[in-house]
Amino acid sequence: MSDHNYTPSSKFGKWFNDRLPLLTLANHLTDYPTPKNLNYWWTFGGILTFCLITQIITGLVLAMHYIAHADLAFSSVEHIMRDVNYGWLIRYIHANGASMFFLAVYIHIFRSLFYGSYKAPREIIWILGIMIYLLMMAAAFMGYVLPWGQMSFWGATVITNLFSAIPLVGESITTWLWGGYSVDNPTLTRFFTLHYLIPFLILGLVVLHIWALHVPGNNNPVGIDIQKPSKDTVPFHPYIVIKDLFALLLFMIVFAFFVFYSPNILGHADNYIEANPLVTPAHIVPEWYLLPFYAILRSIPDKLLGVVAMLSAIFILAALPWLDTSKVRSAVFRPLYKQFYWILVIDVLILGYVGAMPAEGLYLLIARVATAYYFLHFLLILPILGKIEKTTPLPLSITSPVLGGSTDLAMAKNTDVRKEKL
Amino acid sequence: MSDKKKPNRRDFIFTATAAVGAVGAGAAAWPLIDQMNPDASVKALASTEVDVSSLQPGQSITVLWRGKPVFIKRRTENEISEARNVKISDLKHPEKDEDRAQNPEWLVMLGVCTHLGCVPLADKGEYGGWFCPCHGSHYDTAGRIRKGPAPTNLEIPKYEFVNSNTIKIG
Repeated sequence: MSDHNYTPSSKFGKWFNDRLPLLTLANHLTDYPTPKNLNYWWTFGGILTFCLITQIITGLVLAMHYIAHADLAFSSVEHIMRDVNYGWLIRYIHANGASMFFLAVYIHIFRSLFYGSYKAPREIIWILGIMIYLLMMAAAFMGYVLPWGQMSFWGATVITNLFSAIPLVGESITTWLWGGYSVDNPTLTRFFTLHYLIPFLILGLVVLHIWALHVPGNNNPVGIDIQKPSKDTVPFHPYIVIKDLFALLLFMIVFAFFVFYSPNILGHADNYIEANPLVTPAHIVPEWYLLPFYAILRSIPDKLLGVVAMLSAIFILAALPWLDTSKVRSAVFRPLYKQFYWILVIDVLILGYVGAMPAEGLYLLIARVATAYYFLHFLLILPILGKIEKTTPLPLSITSPVLGGSTDLAMAKNTDVRKEKL
Repeated sequence: MSDKKKPNRRDFIFTATAAVGAVGAGAAAWPLIDQMNPDASVKALASTEVDVSSLQPGQSITVLWRGKPVFIKRRTENEISEARNVKISDLKHPEKDEDRAQNPEWLVMLGVCTHLGCVPLADKGEYGGWFCPCHGSHYDTAGRIRKGPAPTNLEIPKYEFVNSNTIKIG
């Protein structure tokens, strides 16, 4: 794990480190050589760590006051909002924290897509990331059920019913998930347990994600392999630490805006009505971060195929390192991919928009086209693009075009293009 | 060790040990999995009796059975004939009305959309029956799926008339 041998200076440090090499680990993390051209899109890893820790801490506090019972859950949440000291603040941080977490993770994922961070030798980092993303969705969904409002109840009903689409065993699986014949108290208590567990599973995966990252080291905006340590790298501390902290500060301003000025804007008013198994709200929509997948689910007029399409839309990402056949990582040097990348971004935004709209008429048509394009991008465009695209020349190192060490004008030109784009 | 080596006594013991271990692990896991299935107290609520004497033709009530809504509808002559005059071949999930309603006047069925479990709204939709607001499934006056993503007709629970005024569901 360490790139060099490290000997603690103090005698006790040496004694301790020989028995448990924690100081070697700390030294590795501070000295970790980082590409010096990392831009602000690379700060979202640190921001996501902050989000996870915020969710765990506020979640622990909320669990001290929340009661996981179908008769009491709704009023215990109101109790937190009205009676518990700073309960309103802690709950609003937790609820909006979920949205901030997804905002950051989407930027993190799309950064990876732009700069080709999922490509060899970083496939395992990428797949671990997809697993974290899946667990995040599970945690967010179950957390949303806990207040036991109308959206909680009917969201849980719709999502658990997805499993009933499985041939033969679907009904049994759904009954097993519910612990009854509908979403009810047994469902609530198990969702609470799992909602409590998942963040710690995510934490474990984050450790593996970072471990896997530290083997090849960070990708960078130029996307070329670099020598470590070399002129192309800076130590993680203090350079990246300070940059990450500054970005985190800006992120926290956005976060605080939602918590203090519009804490309910990302939620649904229906969830302030207690769960009622006899009345379905007129318009069921999931939280904003699940809308693109919801649009894919609804765009297919068949129950089983709709569920298959929705799950495929997520799992296809895990196969991305092998679907993208281009050897060049960064979109900076891929003129065609760069355009398709932005079309994909717009496509996902459109899916998110139609996911929030009723599934009828023009919206349904748009959802179908956007769903088809989503799969087309990954299954057809990416594999073919890697074979036919003429990429622009890569610089020999991060430093050489900047310092003018290279006489190749094309490289210098590309560097200018890169600066403009970033 | 060479790949082509014939299995010896030790290989057999390894395999047998692993097999017994797997059976043991499975047996230990089963209680942990099965505890999530409906428990005795949930199963005990398996039937409910409903007094329907106050219902006039065209009216319906919704009762809760096993945590799910059950629609009990006293159908009008029009609704019955509409349900019976549909060509079976036009149906996505072909079922005769006669097979869905023991007594043609009374339709008893789960008020749970077979798509993703929302509660359909009564007297709405293009077929004069029920309409699910979640993803737009239309059901006719016999609760059969006619249009939309739901794969099957609204489910008919097990029920019987205890006497002319009382229906026992479950």
